[in-house]
Amino acid sequence: MIPEAFEYTAPATLAEAIELLARHGDDAKVLAGGHSLIPMMKLRLASPGLLVDIGRIAELRGIRRQGDAVTIGATTTHAELEESGDLRERFPIMAEAATVIGDPLVRHRGTFGGSLAHADPAGDWPAVALALDATIHATGPNGDRSIPAREFFLDLFTSALEPGELLTAVDLPDTAAGSGMAYEKFAHPASGYAVVGVAAVIGMDADGVCRDCRIGITGAGAKATRADATEMMLLGERLTDERIRQASRQAAAGIDLLSDLVASERYRAHLVAALTERALCTAWERARPLAAKNDWYAD
Amino acid sequence: MVTQSIRMTVNGQRHEGTVEPRLLLVHFLRDHLGLTGTHIGCDTSQCGACAVLLNDEAVKSCTLFAVQADGADLTTIEGIATGEQLHPIQEGFRAEHGLQCGYCTPGMVIAAYDLLRGNPDPTEAEIRHALHGNICRCTGYQHIVKAIQHAAEALRTQDAAVVGGAR
Repeated sequence: MIPEAFEYTAPATLAEAIELLARHGDDAKVLAGGHSLIPMMKLRLASPGLLVDIGRIAELRGIRRQGDAVTIGATTTHAELEESGDLRERFPIMAEAATVIGDPLVRHRGTFGGSLAHADPAGDWPAVALALDATIHATGPNGDRSIPAREFFLDLFTSALEPGELLTAVDLPDTAAGSGMAYEKFAHPASGYAVVGVAAVIGMDADGVCRDCRIGITGAGAKATRADATEMMLLGERLTDERIRQASRQAAAGIDLLSDLVASERYRAHLVAALTERALCTAWERARPLAAKNDWYAD
Repeated sequence: MVTQSIRMTVNGQRHEGTVEPRLLLVHFLRDHLGLTGTHIGCDTSQCGACAVLLNDEAVKSCTLFAVQADGADLTTIEGIATGEQLHPIQEGFRAEHGLQCGYCTPGMVIAAYDLLRGNPDPTEAEIRHALHGNICRCTGYQHIVKAIQHAAEALRTQDAAVVGGAR
């Protein structure tokens, strides 16, 4: 399959990339890892006149640790996130999610920023970014902007990025430092995309009371969302298996569930509840050893 | 037609070419350089028959434009053996009947190479995880897994770096 003809440019700096995107408007597309865009171009679902390849912009790539917080450059690959020592200790969910994306060869090319900006309703990173309360940085012709993950995913393949804006980096705040976290996914058997994916973060104080609960859900609806109702039912409570089970039943509340050949609306609702329960239980289990020595929540 | 000049090192040899930006890397390798050992299977980044090493990482060359590989160092299946001497991974596939039709084999060898370089003693589960992006429609995967175990052991016992014959 051959895409329509296009022009290609690979700027060396962010400033050049922004200038190119501003100059070419809708005709230009950003190419990062290309593992969503190139298949779309081969099917001629996308036919941009110009590809701006940001893969050679050094400042957009890499993982920088600042205390317990971490900044991830947009073109950092899934494989780099899977293998990063800087993430393993504080954000183990990053490797856990990375390793179930696509396959090893895809993970060598596909990027974190590309996946978020693409806002695929079945992408894995949106759920994780939501659960970690990530902040997404973008640069455009009018300068820099920071967008909370909660305000970033707007609709099917639609993010809060404005035309001409480029996602440059993502901050993972240190608020999850004393928390357990887990990612659970039911993968499409052929594509590997999430039919439903759930990322959960649980933090407890030394008394075992849930002080932090954040749940990101992908695959269920047109965009990734937080499971607010479930979170509210658990915050401030002493957790039990039964309480988690009850709360997980509310995880699909407010989601306009998708229905397709793989999973009906009803089955998706079941998956959301089941995977939320699993992710919460695993995150809870992982939070317990941290809770005993947790001074994070000491007021 | 807009074209661009690219250059890359493939199996240790420098190559230059003038290509349309839309030319996929796999077509550059096969049609421009004549390296037809890299296969096109699904053409949709599912099957891994087109796997090559790009700067030492296994990638799917059907999902990469040749211009993106400008300046890169590539290894294709043709660069894995040393002359007539098979690489231990290739020898493993021969010894353990890791192929029937052979269509997926170049990609399997590349994926195995990528695995064994980072993990010289993988478990069966790790081998299967590493082959997740490579599809075989003949053998099932049992013999392929055995072939890679065979190769891993050979590489460990002969105390050879997995970089044996490949560039």
